[in-house]
Formats: sequence, structure tokens, C-alpha cells
Amino acid sequence: MAKQIDIDLVRHVGKLSRIELTDEQVRTFSRQLGEIIGYFDKLRELDTDNVEPMAHAVELTNVFAEDAPGESLTPEAALSNAPDRRDDMFQVPRIIGTGS
Amino acid sequence: MMRTSDDILPVVGLEIHVELATATKLFCRCRNTFGDPPNTHVCPVCIGLPGALPVMNRRAVELSMKVGLALDCKVADYTKWDRKNYYYPDLPKNYQISQYDLPLAADGRLEIPLSDGSTHVVRVLRAHLEEDAGKNIHAAAAHTGVDLNRSCVPLLEIVSEPDMHSVEQVLGYARAMHRLVRWLGASEANMQMGQMRFEPNVNLRIKRGDVEFRTPIAEIKNLNSFRALERTVAFEIDRQYAAWLEDPEGFSIDKLGKQNRGYDDDREQTVFQREKEEAHDYRYFPDPDLAPVVMDKSWRDSVAAEIGELPLARWKRYTEDYSLSPEEADALTQDPETGDILDEAVDTGADARRGVNLLLGRGAALANERGCAIAAVGVTGGQLGELVKMQDAGEVNATAAARIFDILTETDQSPREVAEREGLLAVSDSNQIEQWVEQVIEASPQAVEDATGGGKKQKGAFGFLTGQVMQLSKGAAQPQEVQQILRQKLGL
Ligand SMILES: [Zn+2]
Repeated sequence: MAKQIDIDLVRHVGKLSRIELTDEQVRTFSRQLGEIIGYFDKLRELDTDNVEPMAHAVELTNVFAEDAPGESLTPEAALSNAPDRRDDMFQVPRIIGTGS
Repeated sequence: MMRTSDDILPVVGLEIHVELATATKLFCRCRNTFGDPPNTHVCPVCIGLPGALPVMNRRAVELSMKVGLALDCKVADYTKWDRKNYYYPDLPKNYQISQYDLPLAADGRLEIPLSDGSTHVVRVLRAHLEEDAGKNIHAAAAHTGVDLNRSCVPLLEIVSEPDMHSVEQVLGYARAMHRLVRWLGASEANMQMGQMRFEPNVNLRIKRGDVEFRTPIAEIKNLNSFRALERTVAFEIDRQYAAWLEDPEGFSIDKLGKQNRGYDDDREQTVFQREKEEAHDYRYFPDPDLAPVVMDKSWRDSVAAEIGELPLARWKRYTEDYSLSPEEADALTQDPETGDILDEAVDTGADARRGVNLLLGRGAALANERGCAIAAVGVTGGQLGELVKMQDAGEVNATAAARIFDILTETDQSPREVAEREGLLAVSDSNQIEQWVEQVIEASPQAVEDATGGGKKQKGAFGFLTGQVMQLSKGAAQPQEVQQILRQKLGL
């Protein structure tokens, strides 16, 4: 029943996550993720016909902060762990195109 | 371009991103501002440091509800936030907190006024609340700088159904939405500051004989002016028709689906953007750090109670009840305050037509000079009402009323006090007017000769003499009365 976590899917997810994987890691993760997803087959055995679908694991709702300014970091503190910086900006290799 | 006998229907939908006018960001208490030095309004939450926890800004939720309700949307009883996963330097967490399957508001509509006085309804599919990204700054050749001041600023995304079928309708919808969010105080919607951005999707339905063709949908990203939106949509309509003429079978939605295009401002055209197939695999899932929000009826009602008359309702009322032209009604409904002044004046019993003439005459001229809204020139509804009534009663003439209007922008005095102080009350004392007329006749023998000579200079000379008397009266005399007495004295 569960979706097969084949090698191509692991490679795809790795690519989306910007993680380079060796062939051996791909095989290992394919097996491990398959086992995890396989567990959902067990949960599927339960009769959930009369259970409302759950949208969120937390039962709390309406946790708010008021719209009043608080403390921010100084640029110096904010940039203190940046791998690279220029003036008061984080610096990354040049990108082209637009975000989504 | 040659339009043959093909019947072309453009089909346009619009996504609009609006930055909300909160004091602080969506999930942290850094200030929501524009134009400050880079990375001066940042904290562990909005720069995505591990372990930092977002807390929802109540005001942002309320402003979103307000827009949703004003758009006639169904505001959800229960809403939640999801992570949209993608990598980009301006998105430090590597996911954007957005809303996927349970948006805050859905199924609404916006009715928009058109230039011919009719209206058009555009359905609103959904409106959801998400966080804005930071800014990438391409200053140096080899590097990109990242400023995260904008990261986490509340952003309302409003998605329309593809209900627009002309450039005019697209612009009308965009402008109506711009006006609405400003009207509600939900956003400043300043285009230069990127507080309102457009993403149109465009295709054509082309009928040739009995056969209907559909061109591929082009989605154009991130337009930040009405001008760019107008040119983009117009360009796409022409481009798609030309592409279809080249290859009616191949250039179809069935074969090509949807394409992303960017707008090239310099060349004023859209260009194809290649994207990796997997770029849209966002792997949404509920954000475990944020509690869902329940918007019960009493909360919705209290937000709805803050919404007064909306721009279109007022526009209709002005065209119908006050018999204003569509343009006049449009000029008076750019913000709530201008119309409030008119309505307040009318409530005191003043004539609407005269009030509109003053507001759109002197009011608009002064607003233009001062670079502000008409409502901000400084005349209250009470002052306008009294001024209009004085004009109606013949206590001041039109020239004097305009002069008084100007003076009222600088004072809290009543129009009557100003008129008395400045000697602008109409003089209907005919003895006084006779004196002025005699004075002018004595001082202008040439004009008197021309005016009584019956030649072609007669009309001009008579006008000149009238003007001289009006000037002596500082505009306080009624021109009709001046002319009547002049005629008497000159034996005309
Ligand atoms: Zn912050």
C-alpha cells in the first residue's frame, strides 16, 4: 500500500534538499525511509471513518503576540556567524533570476 | 497587428501580493519598515537561526480578516500555516511559512467600476497570509548581498479567478484592490516600496469558425507598477495571438501547459524563463511551531464592524444619488476621508453639486499644488457645508466662494467669519454698486465710448467695465446685478 521509496525518489529528495548522497547512502536511506513509510500501513489498519481529519498536531489555537516593537539584533550581532559578509550584508555567490 | 475574423477572448487571472501595514513583522517583533540600512531590523526568528520560534502577530491576522471580509470572502473558522520548502538566499530558513490547504479567506469577489460607468465582477479564489522574503542585492559582479530587513514581513496573497478579459479590466481590478487595501488601512500599498506586487496569468481563447483554441498560460512574475502590469498583459495578448497564428495546433494549452515568463522593463516585453522541472515540488506540510488560528463568529463580527462603506458602494451612491459622472465619483473615492467631507457637508443640508464643484475645483487644485490628498488640504465637512449654503443663498458668489475655500485651508474660522473679515460677502446694496459703477464710468472714457458705440468692440468693452466694477467690489458684487446697473447708466 505505502508508496515505494525507491532510489530515484531518494535522489530527488536529496537534490531538493541540496544534499549530496553517495550511492551507498542512497541505498541505505531508501531502505530506512521505506521502513518508516511502511509503518503508516500499520496505522492505516485503524478504522478512522468517524474521526475528523487532523490539520495540526498541536491542540493549542490562537497563540498571538501584540503588534508592539521589541528588541532587534545589531547588524554586527546578526552577521557575526555569517560565513561571508560585505559591509552590513550577508554575502553569497552571485545569483541570477528571481525567487518565487 | 492584423486581427482576422478570429474571435479572441483574453483570459487573465491575477495574484496580488500586499505587504500589511503592521508595526512589526509577522512572527517576531522586529519593526516592519522600509528603507533603513541593511540588517538593522533582524532577530533570530527572521534570520532563521536554529531554535528560534515564531509567534503570530494578531494585528496581521485581523488586517487579513478585514480584507477578506471586504472582498466578500468566507473567512475560515479554522486556519493554519504550512511550510513551503525551497532554497533561495533571501529565504534564510529554507522554507517560507505560508498557507496551503486551509487559507484564511476564500470564495470572494471584487466588483470594479469601468470607465463607461458599468461594473465588472472578478471572483476571488482565496487570500492567505504568509511571510515576505528578504532582499537580494546584486551590487558586486561576483556576489550577491542579502538584506533581511524585509524577511518575515506580513504578506497577504490574494488570488483571483481568471475573470478578466481585457487590459482595462485587469487594470481596473488592480487599481480597485490597491484602493481597497489602502481604504481599509490594511496596507500602504506603495508600489515604489514593493508593498504591492502583481503576477498575472494570461492566455487566449480563440474561436475560428466553430473551433475553439486555447493558448498556453503564461504566468508573469513580480510586476511592481500599474504601468508594467498594463504593458505586460497587452504584450502577452499580442504575442500569444502571433504565436498561435504561426502554429495553431502546436501553440496550445494541451501541448505546452503553463510557462513562466519575466517582464523585461527596458525592452517592454516578456521573456521566457526556464525553470527546473522539480522547482515547484515545495513539499508543503503544517508548520509545527505555529498554533492554528480559530476565527469565531464574534471575532469576525467585531472585525467586520470596523469596515465602513466600501469604495465601490460609495462610487455607486455618488453616481446615483448625487448624479456625479463616473470620473467625479472616482476622484472622490480615492480615500475614505474626501467623501466623508462631502457627506458631512451634505448632511448639514448643503447642495451636493456645489460641494463637489468646490472639492474637485479648488480642493483638487490645492491638493495637486501641495502634493496631498483632497481631504488633506484642510477644509472640514462643516466648513464646506456652510460655504455651500452661503453660496446657495446668494451671500457669496462663485468667485468669492473659491477664495474663501482657499482661506479655509489655513484656518478654523467659519466661512462666514472669513467672508466678513475679507469683505467677500456679496454686496446687494444697489447704492454701493451704483457708486462703483459711476466710479468706473468716469475712469474709463474709452471703454464707455466703445461699449455704447455699437461697433464690434462693444461686447469686449462691456465685459471690461463689468470686470472693473467686480474688482472694486473685491468680487463681492453679484455680476448680474453689476451688469444690470451698468446697462441702466450707459443707456443700453
Ligand atoms: Zn525579527
